[in-house]
Amino acid sequence: MKEFSTLSIKETISSLKNKDFSVSELIDFHISSMENGRELNAFITETSDIARKKAIVCDQNYSKGEEKPLEGIPIGIKDMFCTKGVKTTASSKMLENFIPPYESTVTQNLWDDGAILLGKLNNDEFAMGSSNETSFFGEVKNPWKNSMDNFTVPGGSSGGSATSVAAGIGLASLGTDTGGSIRQPASFTGTVGLKPTYGRCSRWGIIAFASSLDQAGPITKTVRDCALLLNSICSYDPKDSTSSQKKIPDFEKATDESIKGMKIGIPKEYEADGISEDIIEYIEKGKEWLVESGAEIIEISLPHIKYALPCYYIIAPAEASSNLARYDGVKFTHRVDAENIIDMYEETRSQGFGDEVKRRIMIGTYVLSSGYYDAYYLKAQKVRAMISQDFKEAFSKVDAIYGPSTPSTAFELGDKKKDPLEMYLNDVFTVPVNLAGLPAMSVPVGLDKKNLPIGMQLIGNSFNEESILSIASCIEKSAKFDLNPNRWWINE
Amino acid sequence: MAIDSKLVERIAKLSRISLTESEVKNLSSDLDNILNWIEQLSELDTEGINPVFSSFDEEEIKYRSDEINDGGYREDIISNAPLSEDGFFLVPKVVD
Amino acid sequence: MNNLVKGETGDWEIVIGIEVHAQIVSNSKLFSSASTKFGGEHNTQVSFVDAGMPGMLPVINWVCVEQAIRTGLGLNAKINNYSIFDRKNYFYPDLPQGYQISQYKQPIVGEGSVTIDIDDKKSKTIRIERLHLEQDAGKSLHDQHPEFSFVDLNRSGVALMEIVSMPDISSADEAQSYIKKIRSIMRYLGTCDGNMEEGSLRADINVSVRKPGDELGTRCEIKNVNSIKFIGQAIDYEARRQIELIEDSKEIDQETRLFDPKKGETRSMRSKEEAHDYRYFPDPDLLPLSFSENIIEDIKSELPELPDDKKERFQKEYSLSTYDSNILVSEIEIADFFEAVAKGRDPKIAANWITGEYFAAMNKLGFSITNSPISIDNLSKLIKLIEENIISTRIAKDVFEIMLENNENPEEIIEREGLKQVSDSGELEKIIDNIIVENPDQVEAVKLKPKLMGWFVGQVMKETNGKANPKLVNDLLNDKLN
Repeated sequence: MKEFSTLSIKETISSLKNKDFSVSELIDFHISSMENGRELNAFITETSDIARKKAIVCDQNYSKGEEKPLEGIPIGIKDMFCTKGVKTTASSKMLENFIPPYESTVTQNLWDDGAILLGKLNNDEFAMGSSNETSFFGEVKNPWKNSMDNFTVPGGSSGGSATSVAAGIGLASLGTDTGGSIRQPASFTGTVGLKPTYGRCSRWGIIAFASSLDQAGPITKTVRDCALLLNSICSYDPKDSTSSQKKIPDFEKATDESIKGMKIGIPKEYEADGISEDIIEYIEKGKEWLVESGAEIIEISLPHIKYALPCYYIIAPAEASSNLARYDGVKFTHRVDAENIIDMYEETRSQGFGDEVKRRIMIGTYVLSSGYYDAYYLKAQKVRAMISQDFKEAFSKVDAIYGPSTPSTAFELGDKKKDPLEMYLNDVFTVPVNLAGLPAMSVPVGLDKKNLPIGMQLIGNSFNEESILSIASCIEKSAKFDLNPNRWWINE
Repeated sequence: MAIDSKLVERIAKLSRISLTESEVKNLSSDLDNILNWIEQLSELDTEGINPVFSSFDEEEIKYRSDEINDGGYREDIISNAPLSEDGFFLVPKVVD
Repeated sequence: MNNLVKGETGDWEIVIGIEVHAQIVSNSKLFSSASTKFGGEHNTQVSFVDAGMPGMLPVINWVCVEQAIRTGLGLNAKINNYSIFDRKNYFYPDLPQGYQISQYKQPIVGEGSVTIDIDDKKSKTIRIERLHLEQDAGKSLHDQHPEFSFVDLNRSGVALMEIVSMPDISSADEAQSYIKKIRSIMRYLGTCDGNMEEGSLRADINVSVRKPGDELGTRCEIKNVNSIKFIGQAIDYEARRQIELIEDSKEIDQETRLFDPKKGETRSMRSKEEAHDYRYFPDPDLLPLSFSENIIEDIKSELPELPDDKKERFQKEYSLSTYDSNILVSEIEIADFFEAVAKGRDPKIAANWITGEYFAAMNKLGFSITNSPISIDNLSKLIKLIEENIISTRIAKDVFEIMLENNENPEEIIEREGLKQVSDSGELEKIIDNIIVENPDQVEAVKLKPKLMGWFVGQVMKETNGKANPKLVNDLLNDKLN
């Protein structure tokens, strides 16, 4: 049955159409993969029963020839997406038993296209983290151990989403990306991860971390699968004031487009940032592939990009401090009883939130508080404007920007847990994109000396996911990356 | 500026999070580190720059029409409440 | 004009600024499609957005925006076609999101003004600082259980306008006139029903005192006063309290206070211990609110006539007194009622009847103009009967009493009861001649004392059951007796 786990969505769908196997067989395989993979701790909630039931319906649709674009495809969903009737926790004690009475727009789009929910995936608590170590439900392990045979982190915050796909559990997953939470874990696990332009996907029903930055996106094995999922999840949603009405192009088609004559920018500012040697090597390799495919490499400058991280660590916590105020012990599951309302609030929130979440709420409260707003929050929003302007100027010269997704490959579990600032620095390449609302993706290119995947990031202009999909597709073909970690988690 | 424990306690109060003494200590040093690092923004001249509060730059606002087509599902509203009675949320008595 | 208050150390001036919270008339809420209807079963008019459920997002209701623009125009204010929604962050059980969506630095409406009447001759302009849109919170019930407060979110998310005045108000009377005027304007516009009992209109009142000419004193904010009467009482009490404190050489704490209607006192709110820090910032879930000048112009062109203009017109068109006009324009329903009754009639008689007999009866019987027991049509007919001398004013009052019972057509009443005024001079002459014959002494007396003429009038009225046309009776008597 091994062939199931190596198939892409595209291949699976054609096999299902050919009746090589049924949806029920496919789902049974993935359910057993999920059960065998529990040591990875990728799933918080397994929805095997729901999946088996829907598989029967999907099989009927195939036999009637009424299959929808993602009919029968098992997909894991980050536990930040509200799923109707299925526990949704944000990996927090605060929502330990929260069962949403509604379904997020993007997941509904998937189900409407025939996809099947396999389970809810672990992530950093409220999507705050870069290693999936802040989850109330425990850390997620990267399927890729390093050459010292030590466990590594899958990245975060969509760690469970990346791990599940890398381990062949489910054919794809959904993550959310506020400062790199899709691209960094994709990079760490050898998967493809894409954050669409802000406004492409509805945020309705996604538990908010930082509203002006959050965006949903897919993690997949291949660039084409990524495009397929994108076609399904993107939609205009009147329930989200920041949802775009722009036409949604055929993303899959973009993966077949040649990149000949495309101008691809490489920011000179990237060079200074302590990138590991193996990654630098692959940046160069990638350049060669792109030039061989007919693209033109142009050096560009993003002069304010080095301020993106501190800017982000004002804006995101500020929004989060307000977004997370609703978790107060009144409406949702977790409450610590107390005699008076203030104690109830304070104890509930103290015990319901983990350290990183509390840290960010505190930073956010501080930067918004009276007397500090101008110096921090307002200042950061001005810096954000400057960063956006940098990108605007760059995109007047190039079609896409190319560079590494992360400064290093996956680090060992526990390595950066003690120093929050060091952890934050891991998002140096991903964060600027969120501040400017641009689409970006990570595509795997190879392994470093520690036997860990390296991902390259492509950044597109606003509402131009197509260019980066075309380029990613070209890199994918040249890199011939084999997503095949040693399956240590299966005890047989 | 240095973050001391008094300031941390004030922020914690505003955030409605109770902290133990050791948490106050740790957060003081964490926040001090982080905010010092953030401080590098001050070297950037932002005079005359218009702040950007959202990366969504679509012109047209979408409005809702003034129709009633939501609500009426009290059970769903209170189904996750830790304490409720007769369709109300219950909280420790609030006195003004 | 003397609004000064006497204290032990001399005269004091009261300085008042008012924040009115007015519920916008709309079907659904400011950012959700749940109903705004008053009095629904608790927690049944609540959407997931209103309950602050995870992942829920606000989408603005255009009608609420329009209502705010309309109100701004009615307050002669500047409409800002670019404004921003901010989050006001604080924790409270009936605030499910943990923040209120409001407008802070860039409100939808800027400076404006309203005119209030001091007396029949004088008026005063109260400047408006701003008007902004915001959400209402839910409601906590404290009397259901010994240990717990019960939270009902039906009101959560209902659209409010906060109208902030400048500190231009200097007495309880002026404050009451100001509220009445704002309410009247909004009711004319149909933007707020002004129902204070249902909480559609509440006021926060900032009060401070100072010696005339001094700098502003420390102010206290009296929260959520919900009747015009209480506004007056609260201000009087609070000003007196502050004067006494200062005269006792004590400090006034800048604080939030509550008015206790049972005791007629204001008291410090217990939950004030911590200073608020609302951490306002633009709501990232909402785009800036912007619309074209054309939209403002369109709304402007459809505004109804407002009280001040109507009053001026009533005085000009109907030659009404300031006093009558003020009463008639105070509520749109009264003004409309008056104009409907007065159509084709003598407007002064109509105005007198409405402000006199009619209102007195409404008050006594507990009716209002909206559930009037007498129809416009029938009241108008009554005015016509008076105007054409078919019945006297005195008879009219009797007819009016009958009309109150079952809204009967006054023409039918006088027909049935035979109340038609006797204007037949032949018939009256006969009666007068009889009286003259039967009362020779009086005839003699009246020659010396012309005032006795009244006695004869009385006799004629008695004979005719009050139906004689008084003017005709006077004329005939004059002829016969002089």
